[in-house]
Amino acid sequence: MTASFRERLLTSGPGIGVAILLIVLAFLYPKYAGSLNDLPALGDFIPSVDSMVIMIVFTMMAIGLNMVVGYAGLLDLGYVAFYAAGAYTAAWFASQQFDQWTFHFGSVGISKELPGIHLSIWLVLAIAGCFTALIGILIGLPTLRLRGDYLAIVTLGFGEIIPQVVRNGDNVFGFDLTHGTFGISPIDSPGFGEVGESLGLPLSYQQSFDRAQWFYWTALVLLLITVFCSVQLRDSRLGRAWIAIREDETAAAAMGVPLMRTKTWAYAIGAFFGGVAGAFYSSFKSGAFPADFYFNISVFLLCMVILGGMGSIWGVLLGGMLLGYLNVEGLATIGAKVQSETGWDWFEPTKYQFGIYGLIIVLMMLLRPEGLIPERRHRRELQLGVRDTPFYDVTTEGAMTDRDSEND
Amino acid sequence: MAAPAVTTTLDRLRKSGIVALIGYALLALVGVWLVVNFIKTPTEFINVALIGLTNGAIFGLVALGYTLVYGILQLINFAHGDVFALAGLVSFTVIVDILGLNADTSLIAVVGGMLLTLLVIMVLFSIVNATIELVAYRRLRRAPRLAALITAVGMSFIVQNISLAIYGVGFYSIPSFIPRSEAIGIGNITYSWNKLAVLLITIPVLILLTWFVRETKQGKAMRAVAQDTEASAMMGINVNRTISVTFAIAGALAGSAAIVFLLQFNMRYDTGFELGLIAFTAAVLGGIGNLSGAVLGALVIGFIQAFNEGLTWYTPGSDWTRTIVFGILILILVFRPEGLLGERTPEGA
Repeated sequence: MTASFRERLLTSGPGIGVAILLIVLAFLYPKYAGSLNDLPALGDFIPSVDSMVIMIVFTMMAIGLNMVVGYAGLLDLGYVAFYAAGAYTAAWFASQQFDQWTFHFGSVGISKELPGIHLSIWLVLAIAGCFTALIGILIGLPTLRLRGDYLAIVTLGFGEIIPQVVRNGDNVFGFDLTHGTFGISPIDSPGFGEVGESLGLPLSYQQSFDRAQWFYWTALVLLLITVFCSVQLRDSRLGRAWIAIREDETAAAAMGVPLMRTKTWAYAIGAFFGGVAGAFYSSFKSGAFPADFYFNISVFLLCMVILGGMGSIWGVLLGGMLLGYLNVEGLATIGAKVQSETGWDWFEPTKYQFGIYGLIIVLMMLLRPEGLIPERRHRRELQLGVRDTPFYDVTTEGAMTDRDSEND
Repeated sequence: MAAPAVTTTLDRLRKSGIVALIGYALLALVGVWLVVNFIKTPTEFINVALIGLTNGAIFGLVALGYTLVYGILQLINFAHGDVFALAGLVSFTVIVDILGLNADTSLIAVVGGMLLTLLVIMVLFSIVNATIELVAYRRLRRAPRLAALITAVGMSFIVQNISLAIYGVGFYSIPSFIPRSEAIGIGNITYSWNKLAVLLITIPVLILLTWFVRETKQGKAMRAVAQDTEASAMMGINVNRTISVTFAIAGALAGSAAIVFLLQFNMRYDTGFELGLIAFTAAVLGGIGNLSGAVLGALVIGFIQAFNEGLTWYTPGSDWTRTIVFGILILILVFRPEGLLGERTPEGA
């Protein structure tokens, strides 16, 4: 592992230098974001540090989704369920929701007498990831046998069920599990406690003067971990098994890849990162609300993956940050700019944001299905075709779909 | 199917019959629940069942659109529900703004106006749906199936936002020019005129569709292409045109469904999303690709939804409708992926 990492470092050429430079620039962002805002024409389009946190969280989810959709080729239209599971795990273990008990473990910035379960957010992130991965496995076990579009529909179904369960979960046989439509708020803040304070780190992010920048740095670290895991997984035995399944499930099974186990791992690991991101985001927002989890979020994340390039980590990073920016600030800024310059009151890109994402999806699929930064292998798959049952093609002579041969 | 035998825990369970047993146990529970409810409140039960029948008829028209397209392209046309919603909003414009039907309009004018609206909307939306196929899906016939499915999801959002751009976020409902008074009544069991109108429109449309698919040359071509695209191309069937016709018919069905929906409910730009998913569930329940299956599945879903929202004894209520419908979808795909009337496909095998 160390050797291969050194090898890669030596053979990768300028790429690794650019990456390090980008990471350094990213970490310094809160320091120079203010001066970027003063730039004459571009200044208004520079996202605030707060917005950057949200962009990073969604990008993280997109990278998690990319493991399911991009690597393993399993279309998941209900990824929002994992986001919800993560957010509610944080809400259960770091808020006053269960005020019939009082339990503190590493909580920061709050009185030890405060009722409810209050674990350290760092611990909660791990719990949320594991719990969500478990949900991923539970959803996956009965459904992963189904291929392609059926799987997409089932995941969509779960993506719709979980928010409704959350919304109606304020009276589970008399027990208030989710506090219904009101959601759970406030959720404890991350922080380093008294020990951290003596080292110059903030005791609690929410109470810190530099709240945004601490959340930002933490989000960035989480994102880097996600990217690192994603790269490592892709090149691992498991990652190669995923790609083999994506390219040809039957051949993969014939070569001894255990289909169910491999697919379930894809689900569990993809869900894990969704859960961590969801938990972190709910701690940042200090609340988990059922209205946040709707189908459009799943499609939004899918749009990030498609725009960047399915299976391509750098592509998804780019796609995620780009669409995240448009979602959080960009469309509103552009709309306001255009309105003030031209007086077109009807120009409201935020109102039609999901139409815009839909348009991006359709245009990408039609014109550049491999994404902005394509993964080399996936592009070849698209060009040369794979043994995934394609539509019948009347223009190519002798094209025969699997479906036809299988049905005969 | 050429795939190697992949035995999983679940497959083994399925073979040992435990999964089937759980399935039957669930069915039996539902049966008991229905019987107890019927005994406790027979009149309400029948009234609720009639609501279910009416809603099921509407779902059926939409579900047919899904199943027709799936049968021929193996594509879940996500945009279908949103085409339905747009059709409903446009028919509101036709009925209220152009024809000006209201509660005082005479019976002949109402019948004539409704038939005219039906004609206009069906023609218009068959063109719209065929255009969607031409623009978005045709180029992806060679692509992996997921590519087309993803495109359909994108298309769904585009259509929904077109509705949003034209009609805004408000709800639209037509004046009750078809009275909600009793049409058929036996004791406390009543069936109102506006519900009857749903059946009066739906049943002829279904008969027309059956005739088209069974008897006409184009209908035979459709069935041939659905069965074996290559062989039908070799027999001289114009596959592209047949697919366009299929989409056109699906669009016309969505248009008629939208009008009957509007007779009972209000709608807005995003009505189609949820209704589309319900209709899709119905199509899967009946066995996707199977026309009578879609109608049967839609009636079942219609009944289940109505019972869930209308009965009183141990009933989850409308808060849980979505969960129940999707729960059914998941259960079917787990227990009987081929649906009630369908044949086993590689996906479900």
